[in-house]
Amino acid sequence: MSNIPSELKYATSHEWVRLESDGTATIGITEHAQGLLGDMVFVELPDIDDSVSVGDDVAVAESVKAASDIYAPVSGTVVAINEELEDAPELLNSDAFGGGWLFRVKLDDASELENLLDAEGYKNSIDED
Amino acid sequence: MTNKTVLHAKHLASGAKMVDFYGWEMPINYGSQIEEHHAVRTDAGMFDVSHMTIVDVQGTDAKDFLRRLVINDVAKLTVPGKALYTGMLNEAGGVIDDLIIYFFSDTNYRLVVNSATREKDLAWMTKQSIGFDLTITERPEFGMIAVQGPEAIAKVGTLLSAEESAAVEGMKPFFGVQVGDLFIATTGYTGENGYEIIIPESAAEDLWQKLLDAGVAPCGLGARDTLRLEAGMNLYGLDMDETVSPIAANMAWTISWEPTDRDFIGRDVLTAQKAAGDQPKLVGLVLEEKGVLRTAQKVITEAGEGIITSGTFSPTLGHSVALARVPRSVKVGDVVEVEMRKKLVKVTVTKPSFVRNGKKVF
Repeated sequence: MSNIPSELKYATSHEWVRLESDGTATIGITEHAQGLLGDMVFVELPDIDDSVSVGDDVAVAESVKAASDIYAPVSGTVVAINEELEDAPELLNSDAFGGGWLFRVKLDDASELENLLDAEGYKNSIDED
Repeated sequence: MTNKTVLHAKHLASGAKMVDFYGWEMPINYGSQIEEHHAVRTDAGMFDVSHMTIVDVQGTDAKDFLRRLVINDVAKLTVPGKALYTGMLNEAGGVIDDLIIYFFSDTNYRLVVNSATREKDLAWMTKQSIGFDLTITERPEFGMIAVQGPEAIAKVGTLLSAEESAAVEGMKPFFGVQVGDLFIATTGYTGENGYEIIIPESAAEDLWQKLLDAGVAPCGLGARDTLRLEAGMNLYGLDMDETVSPIAANMAWTISWEPTDRDFIGRDVLTAQKAAGDQPKLVGLVLEEKGVLRTAQKVITEAGEGIITSGTFSPTLGHSVALARVPRSVKVGDVVEVEMRKKLVKVTVTKPSFVRNGKKVF
C-alpha cells in the first residue's frame, strides 16, 4: 500500500494539495498515481502567473507508458513551478510528496480546500479503483 | 487460464510488477524500466523469455519444407548452428509471424516463434507440412533466458563449465550451439551483444539465481520493448501482422529472391508488389522536443498519411523515437508531422534503427 500523508488534501484524480504557512498551496501527484504511470520522462507545467480553475488540465505527466493530464485541484494564480522537473522528471517517482511537487498557487478561495478529500477519503477512493 | 513460466517465483522474489502478456503472467518491470534499460546498454541485464515458443522441425524433408514455408532461404545455412531471421507469410503475402531458424543439419532445424502467435503458427506449419516427410515438435519443457549487454558474455562466462566455455568461445553473432543441457545462442532483441540460453525447466531457476548473483540485472517487458525499439527491431502485432507485407515492414532484407525457382508461400504476391513499387515502408521517426510518440498516432507527409506502429521514449537518447509506416516516397531526412495529443509536432525521418551497441546510429 502506498504512502498517503495525513496532512495533505487530495483530489480523486490523484493530485495532492499542501497548504503552506504563507497561504499558498503546493500541488503534486500522489505516490499511488506515479506508481500507476511508471517511470516519468517529461513533465509539462503551467506558466507562472497563469490563472487556473478547479478541474482545468494544467499540466501533463508523461511516463514511458502514457501521457496523463493533471487537473487543478484548487483555483488560483500560479506563483511557482518546480523547474527541477525539467531535468529530473524521475523526482515524481522517487519523491512524489516532496521533491516531485509540480506547482504552487495563490488561492482564489481557501474554502475550496474543504471540497477535497482527506487522507482516509483518498485511500477509500483508490481502494474502489 | 494464465500461464506462468518456470521463473515466475524468481520474478516475485525480485519484486517484479507482473502483467498479463497474451495469456502469460510476465514481469513488466522490477521497479524502474528505465534503470533496467540502462543496465542492458551499459552493463548486463536478463529477460525471462521462456514464454516464447520453441519448435523443432526434423526429418528428410525439413529443408525443402522450410524453403517453402519462409521468405528467407534456409539453403543459405550451411554451417551448423547458424541462425536466420525471417518471416512466415500467408498466401496473400501477409506476415503470419517473424521467427528465428537455427540450422543444425539439412534434416534438423530449431525455430523460435512468438508466444502470442503460437497456436496459429503451429496450425499453419502443420497444415503446410502435409506431403513432407518430417516431424514438427513443440518443446515446452525448456525455459529461455536472454542475457544482454556489453558485459553479458563476460558475466555468463563466469558461470560456464570448461566444456561450455570452449563451445561458445569465439562464436560469431547469430549462431547457436548445444552443449550438454544448454543451447546457447548469440542472438537477442536489444541491439547489444549477449546470449539467449535455452535450458531445461528443472535447471532454469538455478541459472537465473546464479546470473543475479553475478550482477546481471533482471529486466522486464517494459525495458525489452524500449531496447528493441531503439534497435529498430519489429514487434509482431504492432509493426506488422497478417495484413502487412514484409516489404512494408522493413523485412525486405529477409526475403531471398534467388534462386527464382524457389516457390515460397507468398512469392507471387511479393513479386507483384515489388514490380508495382506501391507498398508503403517502415521508417524511423525522431522527435527532439518534449513528448512521446505513441502507437497509432497519425503521420502527415506531403506524399500522404502514415501511422506510427511503435513509439516510445528512448532512455538512451533522452527523447522519443518511433517506427512508422509511411508512403514509399518519404525519404530519410524529411521533416514530417505527427498528430500528438491534439497538436501537430515536427519529426525527422530516419532509417528504422536508432541505437546499436550503446551508440546512436542515425
